[in-house]
Amino acid sequence: MLAFILRRLAQAALVMLTVGLIAFSLFRFVGDPVLFMLGQEATPEDRTRLTLLLGLDQPFYVQYAGFVARAVQGEFGISLRQVRPVSGMILERLPATLELALVAAVLALVAGIVMGVYTALRRNSWFSQALLALSLIGVSLPTFLIGILLILVFAVLLGWLPSFGRGETVDLGWWSTGFLTASGLKALILPSITLGLFQMTLIQRLVRTEMLEVLRTDYIKFARARGLSDRAVHFRHALKNTLVPVITITGLQLGAIIAFAIITETVFQWPGMGLLFIQSVQFADIPVMAAYLCLIALFFVVINLVVDLLYYAVDPRLRIDRAAAAH
Amino acid sequence: MSGPLLEVKDLRVEFPTRRGTLVAVDGASLAIAPGEILGVVGESGAGKSLTGMAIIGLLEPPGRIAAGEIRLAGERIDGLPYEQMRRIRGRRIGAIFQDPLTSLNPLFTVGEQLTETILAHLEVTPAAARTRALALLAEVGIPAPQARIDHYPHQFSGGMRQRVVVALALCAEPRLIIADEPTTALDVSIQAQIIALLRRLAREHGTAVMLITHDMGVIAETADRVAVMYAGRIAEIGPVREVIHAPRHPYTAGLMGSIPKVGRGAGKKRGRLVQIEGAMPRLNAIPPGCAFNPRCPQRFARCAAERPELIAVGTTAAACWLYADGP
Ligand SMILES: Nc1ncnc2c1ncn2[C@@H]1O[C@H](COP(=O)(O)OP(=O)(O)O)[C@@H](O)[C@H]1O
Ligand code: SF4
Ligand SMILES: [Mg+2]
Repeated sequence: MLAFILRRLAQAALVMLTVGLIAFSLFRFVGDPVLFMLGQEATPEDRTRLTLLLGLDQPFYVQYAGFVARAVQGEFGISLRQVRPVSGMILERLPATLELALVAAVLALVAGIVMGVYTALRRNSWFSQALLALSLIGVSLPTFLIGILLILVFAVLLGWLPSFGRGETVDLGWWSTGFLTASGLKALILPSITLGLFQMTLIQRLVRTEMLEVLRTDYIKFARARGLSDRAVHFRHALKNTLVPVITITGLQLGAIIAFAIITETVFQWPGMGLLFIQSVQFADIPVMAAYLCLIALFFVVINLVVDLLYYAVDPRLRIDRAAAAH
Repeated sequence: MSGPLLEVKDLRVEFPTRRGTLVAVDGASLAIAPGEILGVVGESGAGKSLTGMAIIGLLEPPGRIAAGEIRLAGERIDGLPYEQMRRIRGRRIGAIFQDPLTSLNPLFTVGEQLTETILAHLEVTPAAARTRALALLAEVGIPAPQARIDHYPHQFSGGMRQRVVVALALCAEPRLIIADEPTTALDVSIQAQIIALLRRLAREHGTAVMLITHDMGVIAETADRVAVMYAGRIAEIGPVREVIHAPRHPYTAGLMGSIPKVGRGAGKKRGRLVQIEGAMPRLNAIPPGCAFNPRCPQRFARCAAERPELIAVGTTAAACWLYADGP
């Protein structure tokens, strides 16, 4: 168990270092920062001074090491656009994105599993067929189009829900939450549906396929032969086995939800990290882009780690058992 | 009670398909008395498993019982509503399937699977169910049940897993056990142990056993009576000694590797061994008349024209025109 965790941690560190390298390279490929900061008219002496000050005369790997050391402490420098520390800007936007992603993920997971199980158990009902057809549309429509359609129907035509923003938020320390106000909750509905729809249909299809597969297994036949109720067979035996592969996919999708929030946040002008990223791309605000990149990678890595551990907890076969080997 | 515990009459199992109806079991009749072991033997595809599944009401759609009766202790159980049949499965008819490696749900401990089965059928507390589970594990010969009950299936060897499967079938003390190839997937030495276990159950508890296998050796060692199946029909049924030492049906004789000693060539005992030429027909190409006639060394005109029913010959019965008196 410990070896397993250590190995995964080492892998995670390697991934983060690689992503860090890419983020770091951004600074170098986009242009000469000295020129950028001092402008065309600076004297060569000024330039040399700044180059030395920024450590740009050092070899590449020394500069990279410095970048990593600062990044680990959460320092990504100063935003070129807003002239304030990047970490503060990201931290300020973090709650909006995480709350949106959380709601979208829960929605996708719960609705996806319920619909997946339903369509597997009632394979031939018309409602299952309708859900499947609908999910096909969900998979094939691009996110921004879904967002715009939802806005058109529920915000513009019906006027039930807001078309942009987070509504009112409440500050809990540095965390600003939209969960505690009615307008905050209402504002979450359309963006979270938009963001989670793709994953919901994905999970639904996955659960359905897995469940059908599991229902054909010998142990399910045997469970029926033992006289267990349908409920026990379906929701105890079949569902648990179905969820093993679903956990992995869902975990990876959670990372994707956070990453793809960029599009949804843009469509709904949601004040999260994704919107910040898009804005910084327009201004070539490299420090913000680098920080965003590293943070998203960190999410992916952490989620992967948690998924592996969950997998391990659910499936006893993965637990190495010396006692068993003896028998 | 002197009547048979299980009585199957003219059972017909069909699979409706686009290209016509496949008849997989065609007019099978058999009976099992309490404490008796009835062997059901035949080549792969003869309809043995489907007969067993039809009895416990677990034919997979579109498979269905198209005709015939199944009686348990005199009561008809074919066509019972699902919930009523569920209460018979496990409670009055236990089942054991071929592959112990796949019969157990890998994600639940054997203790969990045993107690859930006990609780599904008996009005006992969870604690009492666990006590009973321990007793069952001891009964089927699992050493140190206390230490093993909370283990997962993958922590047991194949033979031990099959013992767990037997314990699961015994949870609610069913009077009848249907064992479908219970030893086929096991090593020879372990086969003998499982067979001994089934025999002990029949002897000590008066449990009736329907032992499905394609291994005549297992039947010879275990069964009291034997039914030989061929192309969905029962070719011969009778006491195991009779069927083995004096097979009446030419197919049985072929299985035993000898020529029948009675019939058209009665008296002329030939010593030559025969291999049965050809293969069992597919379900969509069962020949008219006697299904065995294309392969039968003793066929004559009537065989291809009319289908033989079981005809009593001494203590056995054979579906063969050789034993018909007169035209
Ligand atoms: N779902 C199905 N659809 C069509 N034919 C089937 C189906 N299940 C089984 N059969 C056919 O029924 C016949 C008997 O099968 P089975 O009872 O499993 O034979 P066995 O004697 O080997 O246990 C086989 O020929 C098999 O191909
Ligand atoms: S009925 Fe005819 S073909 Fe069939 S087994 Fe008897 S002799 Fe052979
Ligand atoms: Mg079979």
